[in-house]
Amino acid sequence: MSEYKGIRGTVWFRAFTGQASPLSGDPASVLTADAPLGKDKARFLCVVPNPAGRFPCARHGEVGLEEAYTLATRVREVIDEDKDTVKRPIIAIVDVKSQAYGRREETAAIFLAAAAAADAYGSARLAGHPVVALVVGHALSAAFLAHGYQANRILAFDDHGVIIHAMDKEAAARIMRRSVESLEELGKTIAPLSYDIRDYAKLGLLYKLLHVENPEHPSQPEIQTVQNELIAAIDDARNSPVDLRSRLESTGALEMRKASILTRTMLAAQWAEIGH
Amino acid sequence: MSEQWNDTKFINRQSFIELSARERAEFLFDTGTSRELLGPFDRVESPWLSMQGVTPQADDGCVVMKGRISGQSTVVIAIDGAFLGGSMGEVSGEKLTAALDLACADNEKGIQTNAIMLLETGGVRLQEANLGFAAIAEIMASTLVLRRYVPVICITAGTVGCFGGMSLVAALSSYVVMTREARLGMNGPKVIEQTSGVEEFDSSDRALIWAIHGGEQRFAMGLADALVEDDAQQMVEAVRSFIAKGVPAVHRSSEVALYRSLIAALDPSRQWDPKELRTTWKAGISKEVTR
Repeated sequence: MSEYKGIRGTVWFRAFTGQASPLSGDPASVLTADAPLGKDKARFLCVVPNPAGRFPCARHGEVGLEEAYTLATRVREVIDEDKDTVKRPIIAIVDVKSQAYGRREETAAIFLAAAAAADAYGSARLAGHPVVALVVGHALSAAFLAHGYQANRILAFDDHGVIIHAMDKEAAARIMRRSVESLEELGKTIAPLSYDIRDYAKLGLLYKLLHVENPEHPSQPEIQTVQNELIAAIDDARNSPVDLRSRLESTGALEMRKASILTRTMLAAQWAEIGH
Repeated sequence: MSEQWNDTKFINRQSFIELSARERAEFLFDTGTSRELLGPFDRVESPWLSMQGVTPQADDGCVVMKGRISGQSTVVIAIDGAFLGGSMGEVSGEKLTAALDLACADNEKGIQTNAIMLLETGGVRLQEANLGFAAIAEIMASTLVLRRYVPVICITAGTVGCFGGMSLVAALSSYVVMTREARLGMNGPKVIEQTSGVEEFDSSDRALIWAIHGGEQRFAMGLADALVEDDAQQMVEAVRSFIAKGVPAVHRSSEVALYRSLIAALDPSRQWDPKELRTTWKAGISKEVTR
């Protein structure tokens, strides 16, 4: 597992939009821009480190109070503007360290802030916007719940610097009273525990894994390839239901989420049996 | 509700917190109308725990019950805080998502079905890490759809409270009901102390924990919609009143401009006395929202 550096978000945001600055009134930690993507104009969003941020526990790439409400604002703006027109694709570029772990954040209800961002992304999806998350680095814990996990389609780079996980490795090991080494060992046989993106891909939650030689310095052809993959994911989302059922109907899920499928099938049968 | 509270009522009350998850769920229904779905005898349990030396539970720590409340079709999903800290695994998570989706399908067919979640949970079950994590994202997605049709009510009564990703589910719901013994927040005090240091959060300072995460504070800040005593009958009355109220005009998690302005007005150069936020937030909220 590689250390979080917090540079990949800016690199990819700039690759797609040609710039990397926040919108007026927004904190420097949230980048938002509209840029062409295929035949569409798409809205790109990214959370990046901001060493000069107002909140001390949200300066290093964490999703804090300001980041979450800014994301919510910028996503809702798209929903409002496109109410009676073609629904703009929304692309969440994801490289987030974690949520902010601070007393101020708890006092001012970061749980609501993160939910507001997830609400915005989820509402955009339900309104018919194709929402695509591109995981270029870390996608950890509630930060990913707020920024990316409500997407119709999730794409990630097949790279050792890419991690999608419920909790960072050190904290998880501490809580499970295991060493980091033994947790890593366990992840080799139990895919949902693994910090390897290829194991995550086995769970059937990803739309696609993409290969880029060095995600910190992508070449022009690689950027073009990734853009084409985003366009394909947008097309696929536009031609599919707006819910998240594709995650449980994937080939990976048929193998790895057998218990989920059994739970769902049995519950539905018993629900129908008892009537109203 | 507390104005009618007196010693006699306190002595005669049935504690809600002392009830098990199954008993809590059953208590909320009109008498004799509830049926448990996918109960312990169906033995759909976690396939991931035994291989890690952890004993699974036959209902995976999640109780789903369907019946009537105030005469209306309702599903209650109760997380069992006594099993692995109420953590969300693959099966318990899917029980929740599937129950919300089935309620949603009934509403789409014109059969009104309300949903209540009893959340006593620390969030993701780390033994099932990414599957619990994915389940929470799906529970959130299903909550967003269902709350368009019917009020989705979340109760956190204590003593586990509601933390981690599941706190986002509570935040997405239509109404949150708490007791003084309950806590609601994203990161628990221990995790904050370990991540950001003891000067940021002293996890042994119990008064501080309750001052920030406790039910009284969350209600006073407008983050919970009812604060009830530890009394099962009061809990039933709160649930019935929110069912009668129906879907709110705007959900709290969609009040982005309001909460963004409240955050912008804060001075982050210091830690705040949680009580000062009660006044400013309550005033700001009542000015803008008619929930």
